[in-house]
Amino acid sequence: PAAPPHRAGWSPRSPCPASAGCVPVTQATPTPSRAVMSSPCDARALTTRCAVAMAAGDTGYRKERSVPLKSSSSALYNNLSVLPLRDKQLTYFAAVHGSTVSLASASADGLSVSHRQLQAKEGGLAVSASIVTQASWCVLPSRVLLVLTSQKGIQMYESDGSIMVYWHALDVLEPPPAQAVFARGIAAASGRFICVGTSSGLVLVFDIPSKGTNITLSEVLEEHRDSITDIASEVGENPDGDADLVTADDSGALCVWRSKEEFSLLTKISAFGWTCSSVKLWNGVIAAGYGNGQIRLYEAMSGALRATVSAHARWIYALDLAPLTGKLLSGAEDSYVQIWKLSRSPDTGDIEIEHCHSECVTDTQLCGARFCDPEGNAFAATGYDLSEIVRYGQV
Amino acid sequence: GKTALLPQRTALLMGSFVFAVMNDIITTMFNKKFMEELFKPQELYSKKALRTVYDRLAHASIMRLNQASMDKLYDLMTMAFKYQVLLCPRSKDILLVTFNHLDAIKDFIRDSPNILNQVDETFRQLIDMYSCLSAGEFQLIRQTLLIFFQDMHIRVSIFLKDKVQNSNGRFVLPISGPVPWGTEVPGLIRMFNCNGDEVKRVEFTNGGSYISPQREGSFDLYGDRVLKLGTNMYSVSRPVETHMSGASKNLASHTKENAAPNPLAKEELNFLARLMGGLEIKKPNGSEPGFRLNLFTTDEEEEYAALTRPEELSYKVINIQATQDQWQNEELARIMGEFEVTDQPSQSTSKGDDLLAMMDEL
Repeated sequence: PAAPPHRAGWSPRSPCPASAGCVPVTQATPTPSRAVMSSPCDARALTTRCAVAMAAGDTGYRKERSVPLKSSSSALYNNLSVLPLRDKQLTYFAAVHGSTVSLASASADGLSVSHRQLQAKEGGLAVSASIVTQASWCVLPSRVLLVLTSQKGIQMYESDGSIMVYWHALDVLEPPPAQAVFARGIAAASGRFICVGTSSGLVLVFDIPSKGTNITLSEVLEEHRDSITDIASEVGENPDGDADLVTADDSGALCVWRSKEEFSLLTKISAFGWTCSSVKLWNGVIAAGYGNGQIRLYEAMSGALRATVSAHARWIYALDLAPLTGKLLSGAEDSYVQIWKLSRSPDTGDIEIEHCHSECVTDTQLCGARFCDPEGNAFAATGYDLSEIVRYGQV
Repeated sequence: GKTALLPQRTALLMGSFVFAVMNDIITTMFNKKFMEELFKPQELYSKKALRTVYDRLAHASIMRLNQASMDKLYDLMTMAFKYQVLLCPRSKDILLVTFNHLDAIKDFIRDSPNILNQVDETFRQLIDMYSCLSAGEFQLIRQTLLIFFQDMHIRVSIFLKDKVQNSNGRFVLPISGPVPWGTEVPGLIRMFNCNGDEVKRVEFTNGGSYISPQREGSFDLYGDRVLKLGTNMYSVSRPVETHMSGASKNLASHTKENAAPNPLAKEELNFLARLMGGLEIKKPNGSEPGFRLNLFTTDEEEEYAALTRPEELSYKVINIQATQDQWQNEELARIMGEFEVTDQPSQSTSKGDDLLAMMDEL
């Protein structure tokens, strides 16, 4: 059964609207492992003691119908990609499990879902031993490509996963090194490139024609010394300059690039001892999520630190940004999705961040979370061992 | 011949039996050649390969297990390890979990200096190899291990009782308690101006109820690990039960691996051969007094469990001897042959004789 809708006049402190036998628990008396939850309980969890308490100033989201996946999600950074197709009133979702990528195409109400699975390949052959590290849609002005990174290389597909248009093999080293070899970190840049990171710290820049399969490797950026974790391109407009790409690595170092004409390094932000697993760039502000649960905001042009947020109690696995509103979401191993709002003070020009909402996906270590629209009115998340994508929409 | 055993003798026999089994298994596992192979950098091996190694280790002593009990023991081991890996607060804690395992092993064999030395040697090698890895590298190891354990939701009695596992087989993830060492308690936003001065501080509610951690666990050869994951689950006597029914709803990927008829990759077979070579297993013969361990309440229950185990959860064990014939590689055959028994632990055989003699005296 689907989660019940809000009853009119429901408020955070009222009893569980599902009337499923759940007993409201005040914040003062949390049960040992079922502590405070910030949303109405899922009516399926009949034995859950449902604590309905929300953060002050909460901008409410309510749980919507989940989208099932053909295989559960793996514990990998940024393990959820979402492609809203407004004209078709469909949303595509992609999550990775082992050597497989599960694609699900869902109608707006979530009632109609179709599935497809893609395999890690080496050239044209399926390779079961090759683990996929990430799958992400890259939106370019003339086309959308679905990019898969794995231990063997990089695969690019048409957006529905129907046809593979390009394959790039990672260099095979002899003798095989003691370190793992893989590609990871995917982003479109400047409306004409797709950038992909590697375990050795390289960033491969592919030139993408407006159609066809004539994709070429045009540049290799060599600034990082540790495995690339995530890459982000500017999704808003930078008021201060032309920084439009950020690359992050396992040590926590960030590189800021300009990608018009040729790629050039603008600034480097040093690591502080924790992996940066996820990074976003909006209006000249870098948002970075780290292994110690912290979110940091930096000025892209100068690299200056502008905010620190002790956001999560565990490793952050995903960040996403809604470009039309400046909403930021973070998902972590601590089971929480947190929603934030970025802004710039008109007086001082200082970058500000405020907390908007908490959502707990019970007993789940989140590995992927994304907004489902550019305003941030809805978001989706998945977690390790979870065979579904949980979704929330604004009330 | 068989004689009725008085209760006191039974307890004594059981104690000797446990001691003999522990000694043999630990000696076999920490064998120098076996450890050398394990320490070589390599891909995570398949479920089949792991089960094969586990089977061999479990039979490294006078203890014998039927298929059903063996399956149960393996289920228990994998779910317990999955739990430990999943719940590690820091990625680096997977090393502390391993140290907890070793500390417990050392305690079992604390009166046997030879074996103790072997274990300590392995301990030192672990410290050498892993202490310098970064949090990010540990997380990659952890992520790889989690892929291995994915979709396994077998219910374990002791976990259900302790409320660390739900009735659907999924582990409970607490959202309270101490945060990992190095993480701040969530709830604070600090904002800085362009000169780096803090200009604003705002608190927020993140939803959980976390507190600061007390202290960091020790990564030395000896020390307080602080972390409880990896310590003896059965330090208080508990029942050993696992439940099959409704174990795993999503069997798609699990079934795929078991149903695939493709043989192991050549590299994996080679690795397994070298590992097996390092494990010298005594084969049971007529005169050897093997003891059969049944993890179920009765023999009938054990038989029933074997017959009714869901197909998708059956483990397929590789028969190394059978595949050996397929190898053209003389080098491999030579390596297999090279692992002669040089240091056969004679304790267990003589202990077996002692036990038999004791039984005959009753």
